[in-house]
Amino acid sequence: MTEQKTSLSRRNFLRNAGVTAGTLVITSTLPSFNAVLYAAVKRNTKGPWFGIAIDIEKCIGCGTCAKTCKIENDVPQEPFFFRSWVEQYTIRKDGSLKVESPNGGIDGFKQSVPAEEIEKTFFVPKMCNHCSKSPCVQVCPVGATYETEEGIVLVDEKYCIGCKYCIQACPYGCRYFHPDKHVVDKCTLCFHRVKKGLNPACMDNCPTKARISGDLNDPASEVSKFIRTKNVYVLKPHLNTGSKLYYNALNQEVR
Amino acid sequence: MNPEFEHLYQALSKVDGFIYPNEIELSWSILIVLYPFITGLVAGAFILASLERVFNVKSLKPTYVIALLTSFAFLLVATMPLIFHLGQPLRAWEIMMTPHLTSAMAIFGFVYLWYLMIVLLLEIWFDYRYDLVLWARESKGIKKWMYKALALGSDDISPKSLKLDDKLGYIVTVIGIPSAFLLHGYVGFIFGSIKANPWWSTVMMPIIFLFSAMVSGIALVMVLYIVINHLRKQKIDMLCLDTIAKYLFYIIIIDFTMESLDQIHRIYEAEESFEIISLLISGHLNFTLLIMQVGLGMFLPLATLGIIQFYKPEEKLRKLIYFITGILVLIGIFFMRWNVVIGGQLFSKSFLGFTSFKLSLIGPEGFLMASIWLVVPFFILAFLLWLFPPWKKTPVEH
Ligand code: SF4
Ligand code: SF4
Repeated sequence: MTEQKTSLSRRNFLRNAGVTAGTLVITSTLPSFNAVLYAAVKRNTKGPWFGIAIDIEKCIGCGTCAKTCKIENDVPQEPFFFRSWVEQYTIRKDGSLKVESPNGGIDGFKQSVPAEEIEKTFFVPKMCNHCSKSPCVQVCPVGATYETEEGIVLVDEKYCIGCKYCIQACPYGCRYFHPDKHVVDKCTLCFHRVKKGLNPACMDNCPTKARISGDLNDPASEVSKFIRTKNVYVLKPHLNTGSKLYYNALNQEVR
Repeated sequence: MNPEFEHLYQALSKVDGFIYPNEIELSWSILIVLYPFITGLVAGAFILASLERVFNVKSLKPTYVIALLTSFAFLLVATMPLIFHLGQPLRAWEIMMTPHLTSAMAIFGFVYLWYLMIVLLLEIWFDYRYDLVLWARESKGIKKWMYKALALGSDDISPKSLKLDDKLGYIVTVIGIPSAFLLHGYVGFIFGSIKANPWWSTVMMPIIFLFSAMVSGIALVMVLYIVINHLRKQKIDMLCLDTIAKYLFYIIIIDFTMESLDQIHRIYEAEESFEIISLLISGHLNFTLLIMQVGLGMFLPLATLGIIQFYKPEEKLRKLIYFITGILVLIGIFFMRWNVVIGGQLFSKSFLGFTSFKLSLIGPEGFLMASIWLVVPFFILAFLLWLFPPWKKTPVEH
């Protein structure tokens, strides 16, 4: 009886040890959670891997970024098509919220809430988050939306069939249907400039340098430092899109 | 102002609250409402046909072939609205040639083809082969040649061959049932898997789509059976009609339960999106959802069909009630698709406001074009009924 018990418990021990060891081996091969990068899973450890940082405290809501983007990238001028835009958030003293983005902020902003009612107000520049687990890439039926090695999400306009499924899948409203090309269009992080080592147009033209982009793989890059040293946050982290657009001083109300 | 964008400027002036600037125009319009509606009719009609064949519900026999042909007629049109809504319709074939395997939409092409080729065509062919051979022998002129071609060279009318047809047809039906489930559950998944949209993103979506598909398909066959017999001045088999109505009643109950479960779950969990969705239902969708989908399309049919289970009025009246109920159910399911597709795009993904939608009369995404896609299948069906009259078939005991 006792003998049987010991052999049983020994067997149990061996089994448990095996399970534990197995779990350890398996989990050790999984990438560890990266507190700084949130849900973004680092890829492409050789070349650069792009991320974006926007400092809300620096944004003055001039709308230059949105204006520049339309010129640089041939985005239709009508107020329904944006690769990049700015939102104005105003929290009133009574706790209610007002958000506006007339013409994407291109013409600047007028505060519509009387000054004495305002508790706080700030601007939030928006653009494609170049998500590392982007839902838009996932749903494209033909693979016209894809992620480059550098972590930039692009649309192949010669290949897109214009089903607009990706527009539905992007949680941030970053895509639009191009009225002349009849395909979907979105921010390319100025891929044509980045390839040449230049900055995206919106970033070069921002008068306060509120937005920067760069290599997340390089710990010395401005973006990496920004993320490490500030309290950054991504939009809608619960959707696990692996967004690579990091905001400093983002208010909870922003979605 | 460029007239091309006039409707967008109008929509802009109607924005309620805050929406992302790219959200003014709805990406998916009436054509994408039709797509799940039509696919649902296909799957539903087929499942009704299978009831007779596989589960041996003898009283449904008079509608077996009608249901199959209806399913087929609608399946032929099912992809049309989908292709015509594309920005680049000529590139549609890329979905089949270079499918991106993580996309729910990419896989739909294959599910569709499987269903069209393997299931429906085969089943109908096995069902008609014997008659095709006979008709080819009896008919004259062009019809003779059509039957001959459709019989694919088969010329055997021995009882043995008839038995084999029946057996193979049975096997195809058995495969067909899960395929029909797959076809429409899959359409539900196309919406249900979009995590960005809380109105769509629910695991219940494929199941709800499936049951509502059955509801609409059964209602359609019921209405068609009444109309066809009326046109042919034939007496309706009331037992058959009562049985269809009974199934319709039960499946509406299941559908209703599933949809309520989904909504109750939503209300109880009351997540981040709860406020905007409540506003959506009580405001923008109050007519299409509360009145058309739930009131007219569900409660009223449930009540009438429920009463008929206990108390059966005389035939003529009953027929009329079934006819009206069937139409109401079809309208209700159409609006269910509408509320999913259009409703899901009316609120901003910022959850802070709404855009608006106005259905235009003309244009590829307009009301007229949409009506055409809804009417075409009936013409196809009429043609199929003319070419393959179910009432001239040799009766077979399955
Ligand atoms: S922000 Fe939208 S468009 Fe950009 S990568 Fe993410 S899901 Fe795609
Ligand atoms: S619209 Fe174009 S890029 Fe977007 S999912 Fe469809 S094919 Fe892909």
